[in-house]
Order: sequence, then structure tokens, then C-alpha cells
Amino acid sequence: MVKVFERAGFPVVHMCNLIPVSTTVGANRMVPTISIPYPLGDPNTLPEEQWKLRLHRCGVAVDALATPVEEQTVFKVKI
Amino acid sequence: MKKVICYVNQFFGGIGGEDTADFEPEIREGQVGPAMAINQQLNDAEVTHTVICGDNFMGSNTEEAISRILAMLEDKEFDLLIAGPAFQAGRYGVACGNVCKAVGEKFGVPTVTSMNVENPGVEMFKKDTYIMDGANAAAKMRKDLKNLCAFANKLLAGEPTMGAVAEGYFPRGIRHEIFLEDKHENTAAYRGVQMLIKKIKGEPYQTELVIPVKDVVPVADPVKLDEAVIAMVTTGGIVPVDNPDRIQSASATRWGRYSIKGVDKLPNRPSGGYKTIHAGFDPAAADADPNVIMPIDAMRALEKEGKYKRLHDYFYSTVGTGTTESEAARMAEEIIPYLKEDGVNAIIVGST
Repeated sequence: MVKVFERAGFPVVHMCNLIPVSTTVGANRMVPTISIPYPLGDPNTLPEEQWKLRLHRCGVAVDALATPVEEQTVFKVKI
Repeated sequence: MKKVICYVNQFFGGIGGEDTADFEPEIREGQVGPAMAINQQLNDAEVTHTVICGDNFMGSNTEEAISRILAMLEDKEFDLLIAGPAFQAGRYGVACGNVCKAVGEKFGVPTVTSMNVENPGVEMFKKDTYIMDGANAAAKMRKDLKNLCAFANKLLAGEPTMGAVAEGYFPRGIRHEIFLEDKHENTAAYRGVQMLIKKIKGEPYQTELVIPVKDVVPVADPVKLDEAVIAMVTTGGIVPVDNPDRIQSASATRWGRYSIKGVDKLPNRPSGGYKTIHAGFDPAAADADPNVIMPIDAMRALEKEGKYKRLHDYFYSTVGTGTTESEAARMAEEIIPYLKEDGVNAIIVGST
């Protein structure tokens, strides 16, 4: 789906846990998530921690949409 | 008597379902799960141990998991490793590929696994291990094991193998030199001319060298944040609690679009809001807070602080597990007109 959107001209960011899968399939802008059942918030942590992580990684994804890239790029996250 | 070691995930290892996908790697003596049936079909060989590891543990901690598994195998004597079969289970297929590649590289033994052509593990690892062309569901376990063991037996016996198509594994991109009987019809010149004659006549012919086509998408230009109208798409199966569009929990062919106009945070399942219908993982976390998969709360907060122009009024949802590439592509094509209509110029796709 990511590739279909990008072919149509939309900059797309793929947020996913299995980055190697996304890379092999051919996504150009990727942001890692922390797991499969809860990509952006571990229920075993405090709600405030989950929120910080989610807000930060979504922010990275939004920035990635505005970042020119030449090749497949995995954007780094801090939280 | 040759020795074989098997690798299985938490489900086939009898540990449990999604709730035990974080199971840390262990090695058991003897045969667990499909290793039992494999053992029965091996000729002059036995499965001495079974390694079990949870798909989530392997997926989220791959280096750690592999390093522990290699350490477990250090003092074991074995001639072959068999992983899976993984059918269409994405995490399991990738896990099998990772294990086969690492074990093959470290111990120099042949490794074999099996999975369906749609499994992402195929593209990622077909060059690093033998991947048998497997079925798409565990219901076909018997057939996949039969093919897998037939090939494994050849490898164990050191018999010459006849290439990917004949043996039933995905081509590894390796060319072997074989010598044909020395006669005119076997020369490259003769074969080449015969192929050309067929081509000129418009008759079907089979190339001897298939050139793989790599499907690369040119990078789309970035968007300026103060002009960015962002749409959110998910393959994590987040839908309203009554699943009004009847989206399938696996092998989906349908997608839905759900209004988030004036919504600052997706309400959860207990409150009658959203849930996940994705059959590939434990839904508890997403049912309790759908925003962990579809982060409307975070996106709305970023919109309010002026990080980007605005959030599109709908999010789009389908289920990724077992869904074929062609169905997924079709769904994306169907979604595009709705995005264009609203001036969307940037998309975030979340997967699980």
C-alpha cells in the first residue's frame, strides 16, 4: 500500500516494527515502532511514558514527510 | 545416523498462542510439535533437539534472540537445521529465515525452511537458505512437511540436487555449472538458436536466465509542513466496535474509512468506540487503547501545536495479516481518490 501511495506522488512514511520487512518490500521513509500488538505505547509502562513515546515517534514521522531523501531511509527515534 | 535440529515458534512449540509470543528462546531435547512428524520422515537421521522461540521476542529482539540460540547450539553436533514450516505467518517466516541464515553462517551446515510465496521471509532470505515453496495455511502441514523432508533427506545423504524448480524451493540466485552429454543439441549455440527461432515465430520459449525485476518506487518529494494535509492509514485492523464494513480479520479484501472530525483521541472498545479485528496478535492492548495503533491523539496534539497544517478528517483501515500484495495494492488505489478530493498531500501508514 505504501508503494502504491508513493507511486501516486504522495510522500509516505511507513511506521512499523519489522523494519527489515519494510525495507525489503521497498518503502522509502520508515519510522520504527516498539512492537506488533502495541506499536506506539507499551501497556506495561505508565500512561505518561506511553504518551511521550507516541508523541515523539509521530513527530519524527511528520518530520520525515518533510525531509528529502535520496534512498530508503529509517528515521531515528530518541524515545 | 545423522542429526537434525528443528526450530519452531511458541505456537507450534506448544507454549501458547499470541499471549506467549514473547517466549524467550529455549532448547528442548527431542522433538516438539512438527519436529515429531519430521523425525518420522527422515531417512537415517533423527531430530535430536527442538529450539522454541516466541515470534514477538524474535521480532523485537532479533540480535539477542539469535545470539542466544547460536550459543545453545555451540556444543551440539548436528548436520542440518530445519525451521518452520511457517506458511503465511509473517513474523514466523522472518524468524525462520533469520535462524537459518545465522546457523548456516556460523556452523556451516545446510538449513531448510518452508513458507508461502506471500510470506515476507521469502524475499528477505531466499538467498541465504533453502526455502521450500509452501502452502498458505497450517491445514496443509502434511504436504509441506512431505516436500520439506524429501529435500532434507537429499541434503543429508549428500545427493546431487536438481535446482530450485525441480526440488520445490525458491530460486536462490545461485548458478551451478553442470556438464551435459557432449552432443550437438546440448551446445549453447544450438540452444540459443532454437530459442531465437521460437521467438521469431512467436512460439512460447523459456529463457535459461530469468532476469529478476526489482520493484523500486522513486522517492516522492517531501511536503512543506505548513502546507501538509496528512492522512492516516493502518493495516492494524482498527475499526468501530461493530465492524460496520465487515472487514475480514485475515486475508482482507475490504477496507473502511472512519471519521475523526472533532475527535481528539480514539475512544476504546469498552466505551463503544474502536477495537482491533486483526487476527495476527493479541488484541488486548489495542482494544484498551486503539491510539497505540492508530495514534489520532498524538497526531491531533501535533496539529494543535501547529506542527503541520491539518489532519485529514478520516482514517483508513484494513487488516494486513494474510492479505495478498495484489489485494493490498487494489485497496490503496481505491483509497487514493478520497485523499485527493480533500487535498491530502502526505500519508502515514502504520503497520502491526
